[in-house]
Amino acid sequence: MSWIPIDYLPALPEITLGLGICIVLLADLFLPAKLRDVTFLLAMATLGAAAMAVGEAGTAGSVVALSGSFVSDPLAGFLKLFALAMLATVLLYSRADLQGRPYNKGEYYVLALFAGLGILVMISGANLLTLYLGLEMQALALYALVAFDRDSPVAAEAAMKYFVLGAIASACLLYGISLLYGVTGSIQIVDVAEALGSADQASAATLLAVAFVVVGIAFKFGAVPFHTWVPDVYQGAPASVTLFVGTVPKIGAFALAVRIFVEALAASAEAWAPMLGALAVLSLAIGNIVAIAQTNLRRMLAYSTIAHVGFIFLGFAAGSQDGVEAALFYTVVYVLMAAGAFGVVILLGRQGETSDQLDDLRGLSQRSPWFALMMLLLMISMIGVPPLAGFYAKWWVLAALLDSGHLWLAIAGVVFSVIGAFYYLRVIKLMYFDPPAEAGPLRPGGSLRLVLSLNALLVLAIGLFPESLIELCAQALA
Amino acid sequence: MIGLEHYLTLSAALFVIAVAGIFINRKNVIVLLMCVELLLLAVNFNFVAFSRFLDDTTGQVFVFFILTVAAAEAAIGLAILVVLFRSRRSIDVQQMDVLKG
Repeated sequence: MSWIPIDYLPALPEITLGLGICIVLLADLFLPAKLRDVTFLLAMATLGAAAMAVGEAGTAGSVVALSGSFVSDPLAGFLKLFALAMLATVLLYSRADLQGRPYNKGEYYVLALFAGLGILVMISGANLLTLYLGLEMQALALYALVAFDRDSPVAAEAAMKYFVLGAIASACLLYGISLLYGVTGSIQIVDVAEALGSADQASAATLLAVAFVVVGIAFKFGAVPFHTWVPDVYQGAPASVTLFVGTVPKIGAFALAVRIFVEALAASAEAWAPMLGALAVLSLAIGNIVAIAQTNLRRMLAYSTIAHVGFIFLGFAAGSQDGVEAALFYTVVYVLMAAGAFGVVILLGRQGETSDQLDDLRGLSQRSPWFALMMLLLMISMIGVPPLAGFYAKWWVLAALLDSGHLWLAIAGVVFSVIGAFYYLRVIKLMYFDPPAEAGPLRPGGSLRLVLSLNALLVLAIGLFPESLIELCAQALA
Repeated sequence: MIGLEHYLTLSAALFVIAVAGIFINRKNVIVLLMCVELLLLAVNFNFVAFSRFLDDTTGQVFVFFILTVAAAEAAIGLAILVVLFRSRRSIDVQQMDVLKG
């Protein structure tokens, strides 16, 4: 690829994805509605090309390009490949859900790819401006996606709440960034880290900046007390969009947290680690306890997300390299588990309507023994029972906390996980021990059947052989 | 002489007014969108002031990007507002209570 100037080469995945999106958008314009699958195939091809471009751009060393605004390092390579793979998974699930619905439009794929492009840009951000632009690109596409079902008043309300709270989050993050710029005189992550590291002690302005940045990132993750949009968006958005919002953006949020906390604000770890610790304990408490009271499967999964975000924050709160690696492992495992769980929500929904009450799970083992088993695997992985992936994720975070001397945070993590086991077990009870509310076996389409099975079995496989993923996470952050 | 601290105070005041506007407002979604714009303008004020006093143009470049994003954000916000109005025949904040947040 010598025809590309060397400075642009690291950004090849983003350039490929951007061009691909234009092609998908144009092609969809001229395709009749019955050829919607062509749009889908073009979107998948775009993702494949972008994944190949990640390999082409190289993932070995750390290269800074585009006047210091863009970095390509092992972490970026790993997260980009994972984000692209998850995006493809989400599109496969979405296609099964969109078929036969009035909002089965090609723009869905375009918006999803745009959000993915934003996430890729965010993953490679080497200065605060690039991070902000990537974040906004992802967020704007997601607002539109949540409102995608134009005739649903609930979706419109969810989109408006998401939009207003998301805008506040971006503004808080920006306010923190502006203060960091004022304190350090630069928006380059390297320069910010150097300026903060050479200061004798953190000034009040730095602390204020850190606080605003923490608020902004906590909003984006959906940590308590900035979580109020999560249940509403998960319940109000179309099922395929909920699946998307619950999975891929978490990868971007993790990258944002690493770039800002671990790289730019490394010198202020004493300031942000306790803040993240407090948010983590609050998220674990509220998420796990409120989830028990839910009757809607999607709202239950929303509060379960909040609790899992608490665990990811615990990894950061450990303040050690090991803790960040544990948080990365947890994020990867969580995204896989969430994709599977929302896949089951899509599976339950039938032509033209959505079934997302917990009662709709009743007797699933009789209606579809195989998918009841898959849901069982996902639920006990979310509880954290060995030998599933969720166990190693929790184990590593707790080990990192104990190694860095945060005994009480580790105890809080364990206690609230035990409380959280209740509502996951209730799902299993409904599936296996209650009579079905409606007769007739579930007959999902072929692709949904395949993706969901592979997804759940992957969670089991990671649990049985966690070493390779642990190795990958350690290499990505080395 | 107007110093850096005056600009920062003004920007902080704008930011607080905007946040208060979002949380106190119980009436109209349009006001929420105005407050969101005000939040971003407060940040812009910060950037321009720092840029002037650090004698560094990066802050001003950042402001251009924020202005562009703010325009895109307003477009999406108004589009969602239209969708909301079409299905509800109202843009009253108090009626946005179907979902229990």
